[in-house]
Amino acid sequence: MRRNLLAAVAVLALIAHPAAAEPRHGVPTISQERLLEAMKRSFNYDRLSPELRARLDQDEMQRLCTEYRNDPPADVAERIQKAAMESVVFPPDGKFLGDWRRGERLSLDGHGLRMRDDPRRGVGGNCYACHQMAPKELSYGTLGPSLLQYGKLRDYDAEAIRDAYIKIYNSNAAFACSIMPRYGTQKILSIEDITHVLAFLFDRESPVNKD
Amino acid sequence: MRVSLWAIGAAAGVWVAMSTGLAQSDNPVEEYRRMLADPFANPGFLFVDEGERLWTEKRGPKNASLEQCDLGLGPGVLDGAYAQLPRYFADVDKVMDAESRIVHCMVTLQGFDEAEIRRRAFSTRDRKSELEALVTFVAEKSAGQPFRITLEHPKEKEAYALGEATFFRRAGPFDFSCATCHSNEGARIRLQELANLRKREQAIGAVATWPAYRTSHETVRTMQHRMFDCFWQMRMPDMGHGSEISVALITFLTKNAEGGEVVAPAIKR
Repeated sequence: MRRNLLAAVAVLALIAHPAAAEPRHGVPTISQERLLEAMKRSFNYDRLSPELRARLDQDEMQRLCTEYRNDPPADVAERIQKAAMESVVFPPDGKFLGDWRRGERLSLDGHGLRMRDDPRRGVGGNCYACHQMAPKELSYGTLGPSLLQYGKLRDYDAEAIRDAYIKIYNSNAAFACSIMPRYGTQKILSIEDITHVLAFLFDRESPVNKD
Repeated sequence: MRVSLWAIGAAAGVWVAMSTGLAQSDNPVEEYRRMLADPFANPGFLFVDEGERLWTEKRGPKNASLEQCDLGLGPGVLDGAYAQLPRYFADVDKVMDAESRIVHCMVTLQGFDEAEIRRRAFSTRDRKSELEALVTFVAEKSAGQPFRITLEHPKEKEAYALGEATFFRRAGPFDFSCATCHSNEGARIRLQELANLRKREQAIGAVATWPAYRTSHETVRTMQHRMFDCFWQMRMPDMGHGSEISVALITFLTKNAEGGEVVAPAIKR
């Protein structure tokens, strides 16, 4: 039964995965256990701090999204989204919008969490790596959608602000296997930092909402 | 010698920049790229010469040269060897990329300490890497030749599969995999264009242009360094030089770039 189920999953995976179209060269299948073992050996696991060791391991979202190459079947997607939603912690004072100027700085700042980065310099959100935001900043990436006029286009609506908070805190609550980092759940940004970034998107005075 | 190589490299870099500034082209970016493509303006060739010296000189505890090193086509055969790596080597019963094999030869033929070579594998501001020069010298001997790795041996097949699995494995605080950035069409990070490494033409554009002299690093960087640097950006711990995962990824990417001609040394920002 279990074998049948695995076979069915494998067939589904072949159908669902665009990668199935790639040449196979008759290569074997690599189990996730075998891969983790190779990762540990290759990244000197035994000599790492517990915090760095954890970076080699996978949590459930990472494991499932790897397994399905970011294209999970509906029931798995639903499970991922539900768990993501449950992880979201809202600002304790109920205030979603912080200081847009600090949000802009965080959006530009790609520093932090890399090996040999100075922890005293803090951790940025690096939003511009993937998103267009304020029109004057021309050095923006295109892996994510443009966020030009983000608040204005949504009439600065309270529900849109809450939705955006959730997306930043854990992108997988909105979209299973999103490629955007889970800033809150993974403790990349603090709740306060997220409200600053949110203000950069939603404050009427923010350059994001100016022409 | 070390100091002078740095000085020449820096001077050449300045010359590239100055020539670009004086070129008066309608399209300065194109002009810059044209300058980068000029072999006489590419400091990477200094590393080819330095690599040749390191290859042929008797060195190390065993006072031997690397001239009998077997890069897969037989002892001492350099021509085309880089274009056919990574490959399986029976004497160590594993798959090795060019850098791993050169390290192996430095250890077995010359008696150098492996851990020490790996610690110095990448140049820093104050310390030149001998390995970078050696890899550049070896790669240049395949310039213009097409990448061709057969995946005939089961361990070569396994390395490819392991590399592919690694390419899609999400981990770390940012949940990134290689595929996060490198399986999209026409995307950028900031202004940096990203190659879709699952597509042959784009894989060729990436893989075939290492080793490259990087003007921003003022040294030659190699495929091993490219892998190391990507994992660093992904917020992962330091990838071990010549590690199983590094060789597996290079096998996967090189197979994807099959038929692309080696450009060595290339020059990049």
